[in-house]
Amino acid sequence: MDLRFTPEEIAFREEVRTFFRTEIPAEIRAKVSEGRKLAREDYVTSQRILNDKGWAVPHWPVEHGGQSWTAVERYIFMEELMQAAVPLPLQFNCFMVGPVIATFGNDAQKQRFLPRIKSLEDWWCQGFSEPGAGSDLASLKTRAVREGDHYIVDGQKTWTTLGQYADWMFCLARTDPAAKKQAGISFLLIDMKSPGITVRPIITIDGRHEVNEVFLDNVKVPVENLVGEENKGWDYAKFLLANERTGIARIGMSKERIARIKRLARTTPAGAGTMWDDLDFRSRLASVEIELKALEITQMRVVAAQATRDPTKPDPASSILKIKGSELQQATTELLLELAGPNALPAHRDDAGHNDMDSLFAWADTAAPTYFNMRKVSIYGGSNEIQHNVIAKAILGL
Amino acid sequence: MNFDLSDEQSLLQDTVRRWAGATYPGLEQLAAARGEPLGFSEARWNELAELGLLALPFAEADGGFGGGPVEVLVVAEALGRALAPEPYFASVVLGGGALRLAASQAQKDALLPGLMDGSSRLAFAHSEAQARYDLQDVATTARPVEGGFRLDGRKSVVLNADAATMLVVSARTSGARRDDDGITLFLVPADAAGLTRAAYPTHDGGRAADVTLADVFVPEDAVLGAVGEALPVIERVVEGGIVALCAEAVGLMEALHELTVDYLKTRKQFGVAIGSFQALQHKAVDMFVALEQARSMALYATMMVEAEDAEERRVALSAAKAQINRSARMVGQTAVQLHGGIGMTMEYIGAHHFRRLATIELTFGDTPFHTRRVASETGLVSVD
Ligand SMILES: Cc1cc2nc3c(=O)[nH]c(=O)nc-3n(C[C@H](O)[C@H](O)[C@H](O)COP(=O)(O)OP(=O)(O)OC[C@H]3O[C@@H](n4cnc5c(N)ncnc54)[C@H](O)[C@@H]3O)c2cc1C
Repeated sequence: MDLRFTPEEIAFREEVRTFFRTEIPAEIRAKVSEGRKLAREDYVTSQRILNDKGWAVPHWPVEHGGQSWTAVERYIFMEELMQAAVPLPLQFNCFMVGPVIATFGNDAQKQRFLPRIKSLEDWWCQGFSEPGAGSDLASLKTRAVREGDHYIVDGQKTWTTLGQYADWMFCLARTDPAAKKQAGISFLLIDMKSPGITVRPIITIDGRHEVNEVFLDNVKVPVENLVGEENKGWDYAKFLLANERTGIARIGMSKERIARIKRLARTTPAGAGTMWDDLDFRSRLASVEIELKALEITQMRVVAAQATRDPTKPDPASSILKIKGSELQQATTELLLELAGPNALPAHRDDAGHNDMDSLFAWADTAAPTYFNMRKVSIYGGSNEIQHNVIAKAILGL
Repeated sequence: MNFDLSDEQSLLQDTVRRWAGATYPGLEQLAAARGEPLGFSEARWNELAELGLLALPFAEADGGFGGGPVEVLVVAEALGRALAPEPYFASVVLGGGALRLAASQAQKDALLPGLMDGSSRLAFAHSEAQARYDLQDVATTARPVEGGFRLDGRKSVVLNADAATMLVVSARTSGARRDDDGITLFLVPADAAGLTRAAYPTHDGGRAADVTLADVFVPEDAVLGAVGEALPVIERVVEGGIVALCAEAVGLMEALHELTVDYLKTRKQFGVAIGSFQALQHKAVDMFVALEQARSMALYATMMVEAEDAEERRVALSAAKAQINRSARMVGQTAVQLHGGIGMTMEYIGAHHFRRLATIELTFGDTPFHTRRVASETGLVSVD
């Protein structure tokens, strides 16, 4: 047993760390760190730089542009990426639809889509959830009816993250209405420019346009855009959701936020000194750091175990990562909000930087929206209640 | 022991609830009001004047209705439930509180009529960016000059300052930044030369401004109360504010809890109402417990705010605010969680309650601040 990284792993860590901090534009990383809105171009710029280096999708099979890294190296890569406040490579592309096409798609689909997925020439969105099908995803109602060499798709998707930027949507639709719930679902790739698609913005609780409703009205989807077999879509979706869950602890992001809180605390006035002099505050911060360390080790144990697991089957232990990881992300945003204190109230000050005191708090306007927005992490990716159910059933046998 | 409202108080509650419910039945009406330049509509403000609410806390001798803390509780709770955006808190509770506690008869005669009929409004320009929640931390200065004072400094996040005709400004006439002594309150007209207001929306849908005072002249009769002795007045104004915030938070939590329980009964997943899942039932129960704890502490604050002993009052108000803050966070977060995706959107009215609860936590002291105050005084349970 040895928790330390090998000299090679340390050298690898230095290499990726330097790359992130020198090659990804500082303005983009500052936006991520400060919780400011990223433009579509920011995601694209960042991912192109990674892609040019061959690092947009290191976890993919090598023949499609992945790296032959060990699980530990992949882990180091993601942690360093998050700690450097580099935007995550677009999740829908790199961690969801890409691996599904690489694993279950046909050769034509692989050639057509994978290069553009990893370079972000095509922006993908996830069309799973519906108004009536959230936690109970298998109850989805969107229908795809085969007509010659097309499917005709009708229905409604919702909570479609960044769908306003998307060129393509991967979508679950019911192809066999007679089959029982999970059995009649197919996995379709839909061009967002197809006639019959309407995207309506939904403003989230932080006041931003992050999610959408997507209406599909008689949308023609060529049969060649079916992934794998008809009515087997649920299996691919499970594979996709399992991938989503392992990466969801976001320990690097929590570390990045804690480091930022520590830096800001040193300049945030409190009493006769700063918030850094406030031992109560630092104790609360330390409590989160302690839990985060525990989770980091837990995550490494899950990573180590992955080497011997069937990658197509979800690991129920990843539910631990989801529950704790989301709670800790939320805890860091609460500490950030506490640090901002009453200066968190202004939504935006037009004359920020007007005097020294203002510039000391110029960061504080995003503290509340960040806190609001991060409430989502215990809801999506399988809500924390659902994760509790998974652990109770699959691990505890209850 | 009696926790019942009197007949008049019940009537007041019905009146305000009815008005608020009819005026802000949903997000559409709320958005329209918030969309006004000042974040609320003058017409609605005048309705509050017609209902007598703007005159409520002032003495009958001054033309008011002589309402006390219970009346403030009733009004703040009812307005809070409906998310009413009018600056009742800033103008009547805080600004009006300062007048009630410190104004001379001449100042009352000059200001109260306009305040009560809705034609003028106050803002309480006390907090500064560096002060966090420390009420004695005032860097703004007031220099005595021929015939009055000149004020210099910057007030931060002054609630509804852009809607005010007159500002109650704290400034130091002597002493160092964090001294208890040497703070003075001034009445400064919003259009005074050298006073600028940079206004902005706040994250709870309200409005505030940073107020800059650059060599602002005020005459001697603009002093509110005694020169250099304003801190006890400021503390009492803030204690009154805490009562109103506690009550508002209870109104918000009550509304959120109702929304959540209704949603659990109607939202179906896996073929059943999600309220049939025991995991969610228990969370809804925990919300209910937190709400009732908060309600109790709002009542406690209301009863203690007029206690003679300053320390006793301070501990009680801090205990109340700490409990309200904790309940507010728990209830707000759980409501969002139990709604799933819907809870994350501005289209869900409860999200607005959640946001307001979060800013209430950060107004006049967060949980650590007030918990520490209770700990540093004698606490609530005596040793013998
Ligand atoms: C910001 C955001 C972005 C999203 N992005 C996408 C996206 O890009 N694409 C996409 O397809 N989806 C997306 N989602 C949808 C997300 O996956 C769903 O919100 C999630 O599955 C929950 O579904 P729901 O919102 O319908 O809530 P519901 O399923 O209605 O849940 C409501 C409450 O009931 C609880 N609950 C439900 N079932 C049970 C049970 N059996 N036992 C105990 N408790 C239960 C839940 O935990 C929750 O607290 C996003 C959601 C959010 C908030």
